[in-house]
Amino acid sequence: MNKQISRLAVAGLVLVTSLIVGTTYWQAWAAPSLAERQDNAIKVVAQFTIKRGLIYAGDGVTRLAVNRQRRVSGQTFYFRRYPKGELTAHAVGYSTRARSRTGLERSRNDYLTGANRNLSTIVDTTLDELRGKTIEGNDVITTIRWRAQQVALDALGGQCGAAVALEPSTGKVLVLASSPSFDPNLVERNFAAVQRGRGPCPVAPLLNRGTAGLFIPGSTFKVVTAAAALDSGRYTPDSTFVDPGYCIEYGQRVNNYDTTSPFGRVNFGQALQNSINSSFCEMGKEMGAEVILDYARRFGFYEDPPVDLPADERVPSGLYQGGRLLPQSQEGRADPGRLAFGQERMLVTPMQMAMVAATVANGGVVMEPYLTDRVRAPDGSIVQRMEPDELRRAIKEETASQLTSMMESVVSGGTGTAAQVAGVRVAGKTGTAETGQAGRNVAGFIAFAPVDRPQVAVAVYLQNQSGTGGSVAAPIAKQIMEALLRRPSNSER
Amino acid sequence: MSARTRELFSLILVGVLVGTAFASVYIARQEVVSTESLSYALFFLGLYVCAHIVTRIAVPHADPYLLPMAGLLTGIGLTEIYRLNEDEAFRQGLWIVIGLAAFAGTLLALRRDYRVLESYKYLFGIGALVLLALPAMPVVGKTVNGARLWVELGPMRFQPGEFAKIALIVFLAGYLREKREVLAQARLKDLGPLLLIWGCAMAVLVLTNDLGGGLLYFGIFLAMLYVATAQVWFVVAGTAMFVGGAALVYTQVGRVAERVRMWLDPWSDADGGGYQTIQSIYAIANGHFGGTGFGQGTFTDADGNQLIPYVSTDFIYSALAQELGLVGISAFLLVYMLFAARGFRIAMLAQDGFSKLLAVGLTFCFTLQTFIIVGGIVRIIPLTGITLPFVSYGGSSIVANFVLLAGLLLVSNRANEQMGRA
Repeated sequence: MNKQISRLAVAGLVLVTSLIVGTTYWQAWAAPSLAERQDNAIKVVAQFTIKRGLIYAGDGVTRLAVNRQRRVSGQTFYFRRYPKGELTAHAVGYSTRARSRTGLERSRNDYLTGANRNLSTIVDTTLDELRGKTIEGNDVITTIRWRAQQVALDALGGQCGAAVALEPSTGKVLVLASSPSFDPNLVERNFAAVQRGRGPCPVAPLLNRGTAGLFIPGSTFKVVTAAAALDSGRYTPDSTFVDPGYCIEYGQRVNNYDTTSPFGRVNFGQALQNSINSSFCEMGKEMGAEVILDYARRFGFYEDPPVDLPADERVPSGLYQGGRLLPQSQEGRADPGRLAFGQERMLVTPMQMAMVAATVANGGVVMEPYLTDRVRAPDGSIVQRMEPDELRRAIKEETASQLTSMMESVVSGGTGTAAQVAGVRVAGKTGTAETGQAGRNVAGFIAFAPVDRPQVAVAVYLQNQSGTGGSVAAPIAKQIMEALLRRPSNSER
Repeated sequence: MSARTRELFSLILVGVLVGTAFASVYIARQEVVSTESLSYALFFLGLYVCAHIVTRIAVPHADPYLLPMAGLLTGIGLTEIYRLNEDEAFRQGLWIVIGLAAFAGTLLALRRDYRVLESYKYLFGIGALVLLALPAMPVVGKTVNGARLWVELGPMRFQPGEFAKIALIVFLAGYLREKREVLAQARLKDLGPLLLIWGCAMAVLVLTNDLGGGLLYFGIFLAMLYVATAQVWFVVAGTAMFVGGAALVYTQVGRVAERVRMWLDPWSDADGGGYQTIQSIYAIANGHFGGTGFGQGTFTDADGNQLIPYVSTDFIYSALAQELGLVGISAFLLVYMLFAARGFRIAMLAQDGFSKLLAVGLTFCFTLQTFIIVGGIVRIIPLTGITLPFVSYGGSSIVANFVLLAGLLLVSNRANEQMGRA
C-alpha cells in the first residue's frame, strides 16, 4: 500500500501548497488594487487611526478643525470636531466615517494624514508604522480671515447666496461664505437634519455656493464686456452712446432696467456708472459673442475655479444650456446683446466674479485663488508655504486702470453707492437679474478696495431677492470690506 | 537523543514562540509587557509538558514532532483568539485542557494495542451515522448559521460531526482492511455495504446542510478506498459521482447555488452573500508581506463593530494572515504541511493494513479539512463553514483533533517499536 500512500501524500502536500499560492495571490498580487477599493473598510478605519493635522484660520491660532480622541476595542481613533461650527463648513468641509470627506479635509487629505512623503520624511513615517506608533498629520493653516468670514455669513443671514473675498495681489481667499451653512459636527450623527435645511433658504445647505453655486451675473458681467470693449481697442472711455431706453435686437426691444427715463447721449463711463443696458447691448452687437466670451475665458470662465478645493465642489462659469456648458461650436449663435449685460444663459460662480474684480484690481493679471497658506509639520517646521501663482494676464494694465476709474464712479455716484466705506476709495459694479417673478431677482455686487492700493476684492450674490444688487448685495460687500480693511487685531492677523 | 527528549525540547521551543506571540499582543494592546503574559505562556507550556509525560508512559517510541506541532498550532490559535475576544480565549483554553485530557485518555486506554478497535468496526460505523444524524434530530438538534450541525444538551453544545469523522475513519480502516482484496475486483455486491453507508452519510449531510462536511467525508472515503484497493478508477468514478451529485444539489438547493455564486463573484452582492468573503479578502490583503503584527490588525470598524462575522471560528485564518503577513502565514501553513508529511510517514512505516489505513485516514482528514476551510477563504473552492484544525475557536473541533493526534501517535509508537525490534 505504500505506493498509494506516497501518491496520496504528494496530493496532500499539493493541496497545502495551493493554499500558500492562493494566499500569496491575495497578499502580494491583488493587495494593492484591493487597498484602493472604496468599500475596503480596513482602509477606512485606518484613516481614523491617524491623528489628522489641525486646520487653522489665517491667524495661525484660531482652530477650525480639531481631533477628539476615543478608544474603541483597544484601538485609538481620532474623530473630527469643528469648534467654529457653521463658520467655515464649506471651505474646511468635514471628515467623517459615514460621509467621507469634503472641502479642504478632502483636497488636503494627504497633508492632513501625513501621506505627503518625501525622502526626508519617508524613513521616519515608515519606522513609526513599524513601531505601531500613531501617525500624526500636518497642520494646514488657511488664508481665511475668520472674523470677516463671520461678518459675511451673518450678513448673508441664511438667504440663498454666497460671498467670496480675495486678496488681489496674491489670490488668497480671505472669505468664502456660502449661505445657508450647516454644522459639520452634525454630519456624522444627524445627516438628515443637516440636509433638511431651514430658514429663508431651505435648499441644499451642503452646496458650496461660493465655488459651485451658479448665479445669473446680470450687470456685474458688464465689467467683462467693458474689459473686452476697451482692451480690444474697439472702444475708448470717451466713446459715446445714445440711450433710447431700450435696444433693438433681432427686431425686438430689449429694455433697460428702468425704461421710463432714457439717459440720452452718454459716454462709456456713464454707461457703466448707470448700468445702461442699451449701451452694452450695442457694444455686444458690435463685438459679437465670441469676443466677449474670449475675454471671459481670459478671466477664468469655462474652467473650474482653480482654488484648492475638491473638483466636484467647483463648477466653471459660462453660457449654460440644459444644465451643461454650451459647446464652443454653438457660441456663435449666442445673442451678443443680451450676453453683454449678463443675460443670455450666462451663469457665474461668486468665486469667478471675485476673480474678475481682483484681476481689475491687480492691474489685469489673474491670480490663482488659494485657501491653503502653509502646511506645518507636528514639530512646528513648515512643510510647504504656498506661493502666489499667476494664472495669466487677462487685460492690459491700461485697460485695468480705465475700468478701475469707471467702477469707482459706480460706487461714488452710480448704482453702487451703498458700498461706500468711510475714508476708503471703493470700485464696484452692481447687478440685478430679473427672472420675471416678483421676489425672484438675483442681486449681485463685485468690488475692490482701496482703489489706490487694492487689498481686497469681493463678490456677493444672493438669490430670491426683491431688491437690487445695489440695495441688497452692495451693503454686504461693504461690511465684508470694512471687516477686512480694519487693522487686524492681535487675535486675527 | 531519544524521541521523547526531542519532543520535550521542541515543546520548550514552542512555549517560547507562543510566549513571544502573546507578549506582542500585550504590547500592542497595553503598550507594556506584563508578567501576566509570561505566566500564561508558562501555564500553556506546563499543560503540554503534562501531555508529554503521558506520551513517555504510553507511547515512548511515537513520532516526537506531532505533539509540538499541535502545541504550536493551538498556541498561535489561542493567541489570535485572545486578541480577538478575551472571553472566547478563556473558554478555548479550557477546551484545550479537555482536549489534552482526551488525548491522554485515548493514549492510556489504547496503549497496549489499539488494534482492538478493528473488531468494533461496525459499531464505529453505526456510531458515525448516529453522530451525523444527531443534529438532524428534533429537540437536541440546533441550527446555527444555516447549517444544522449542533447538538444541545443542557448547557453543553457540540458538533458531533467532528467526532463522526474519526469514527468513520476507524470503521473504514477496519472494513477496507478486511475487504480490500475483494473490493479490488470491484464487484458490485461487495461494494454494496460501502455504498449504503456512504448513501446514508450523504443523506444526513444533505439534511443538515453541511457542505464542507460532505466534501470532507467524501474525500476521506475516496482516499482510503484508493490506498486500500490501488484502483485509480475508483477515485475517478467517485469524483465523477461527487461532481454529478454536487451539480444536482447546485440546481436543487438555493443555499448551495448562492455559495457558488459568491465564490465566483462575491462583489455581485457585496453587502449580502458576498460580505463575509469580501471582508475576509480585505483582511488577508491588508497583511501584505510582513503582516501588521500580532494585536495590530484591523478587525473592527471605528465604532468597534466586527468587520468579519465568525472571525474566530471559520475566518481565523484571515485574521492570522493579516497579522502574520505572507511570510508568517506561509510558515504557519508549512506547519500543517509538516504535520501531514509526518502523518503520511507514519502510515508508510506502519506494518499492518489496519494501522496503515487508520494513519492515512487520520492524516488525510486533517489535511483535507485544512484545505477545505483555507481554500474556501482564499477562493480556491467555494466557501464552506468548517473549522481550521487546532486553531479555530470551538470545543468539539479541538477535542476531536486531539483524539486524532492520539491515534496517529499510537500507530507511530507501534510501528517504531516493531522497527526497533526487527
